[in-house]
Formats: sequence, structure tokens, C-alpha cells
Amino acid sequence: MNKRKPYVRPMPGWWRKNPYFIEYMIHEGTALFVAAYAFVLLFGLWRLSQGEAAWNGFIAALQSPLSMLLHLILLLMIGYHSYTWFKIMPRTLPPLIIGGKRVSAAAITAGGFIATLLASLALLGIAWGISQ
Amino acid sequence: MKNRQLKRSHAPIFWGLFGAGGMLAALFGPMLVWITGFAAPLGWLPAKAASYQGALALAQNLIGKAVLWGLISLLLWHAAHRIYHSLHDIGIHGGPLAKSLTYGVAAAGTLWAAALLLGV
Repeated sequence: MNKRKPYVRPMPGWWRKNPYFIEYMIHEGTALFVAAYAFVLLFGLWRLSQGEAAWNGFIAALQSPLSMLLHLILLLMIGYHSYTWFKIMPRTLPPLIIGGKRVSAAAITAGGFIATLLASLALLGIAWGISQ
Repeated sequence: MKNRQLKRSHAPIFWGLFGAGGMLAALFGPMLVWITGFAAPLGWLPAKAASYQGALALAQNLIGKAVLWGLISLLLWHAAHRIYHSLHDIGIHGGPLAKSLTYGVAAAGTLWAAALLLGV
């Protein structure tokens, strides 16, 4: 595929040698679970498009213990994504200045967690409202 | 060698999709999984939440279509971008195959979701 073969220093498992990098790799690994959840939604949409029997089959599958286990893992991993997303936000965001003072890292992270809480409550309220 | 103008980088587009999907997942992800994985199928929400009519009404509503399409595609683009760049960390250095398995899958999922939503 690629004729040019530059020397690449072999460093398999480099991230296992440092707790900071282990955390980094777990954080990056949550992307796989975000993708998995997107596929669950996409699959549900596909079943919905096939009619009532297909949709009911999808709901029955969601009620199985295997699906519960999968969703518990999804919940933990996407929850971890949410936690780290706001934890590193002070470093991913350009410096935020309010009233001439730089907003502290802790305040940015706390703001993110509060926003998540509010967004979650709003979403639950909307889901409750439209499903009545 | 004329027309060697510096082309505008397409990186900001992918970065934007990554950022939007990451923010969506961070703000709404846990509650979404809780609703679609537990609350709706187990009947903790009103019965319409898991019913065919309820789901169909959501997918047929214009705002519902936009929400579902945005959600599915942005989560896919976020994951694709992150996985593509993480491949480097585990010793797989880019290339067309890695691109098609990440961004390509996200693009296919985006198109498929659009086709399904236009069809219902």
C-alpha cells in the first residue's frame, strides 16, 4: 500500500506505563461507546421505518437482560465522557474572561456539570411531555 | 505549476462536527441512554414513549426529524474523529483505510439516517 517505510520507534503499550496515559486512553476509548450508542439509535430508526412489528421487536430486544447490560456499560462510558469533557474543558477552551478576570478552571468545569444537570432535566421533561 | 493556491483546509469542518457531537454527548448523552435504554422500554415513562405510534410521531415531526438526524450523525462524527486520531496512539498511522473506517462510516450513517427519516 505504502512503498515508503520510515522507521517508527516501536512503542506498543506505552500508555500502560503511566496512570495519566491510562486515564487518557480510557477517555479516548469512550468514543467507541458513543459510536455504539449512535448505532443503537440508527438501528431503532431503521426498525421504525419497517413498520409496527419490527418496532415492537426492537423494543422487546431493548427489554432483554443483554440490552440492559449493554446500556449500563453505555451509560457508564458516556457518563465518563461527559465527566472528562468538562474536566479538560478549561484546557480546550480559549481563555474565558468575565469582568476583567480570567474564569478559573474549577468554575468552567463546575459550569459544565451544572449545564449537564440542567440539560438532563430538560430532556427528561421533554421526553415525559411528548410521550404523554 | 500555476494554480498552486493554498487550499483552504477542511480540518475545521471535521473539528466542528467533533466538537458539536462531543458537547451533545456530554450534555445529553447519559440521560439519553437512560431514557432509551431503561426508562422507555421498562415503562418508567408514559406508555407512548416506547410505542410505535409515539416513536413514529417523533420521526414524522419536522423538529423530531432534525433532532434525530443531528443526534445520530453528530455522535457518529464525534466518535469517528476521536477514533481516527487515537489510532495514531496505538501505532496505526492514518491512511485511506483508517479514514474510510472512521469518517466514511460516519458519512454513511449520516446519509442512511437522512434516507430513513425522509422515508417515514
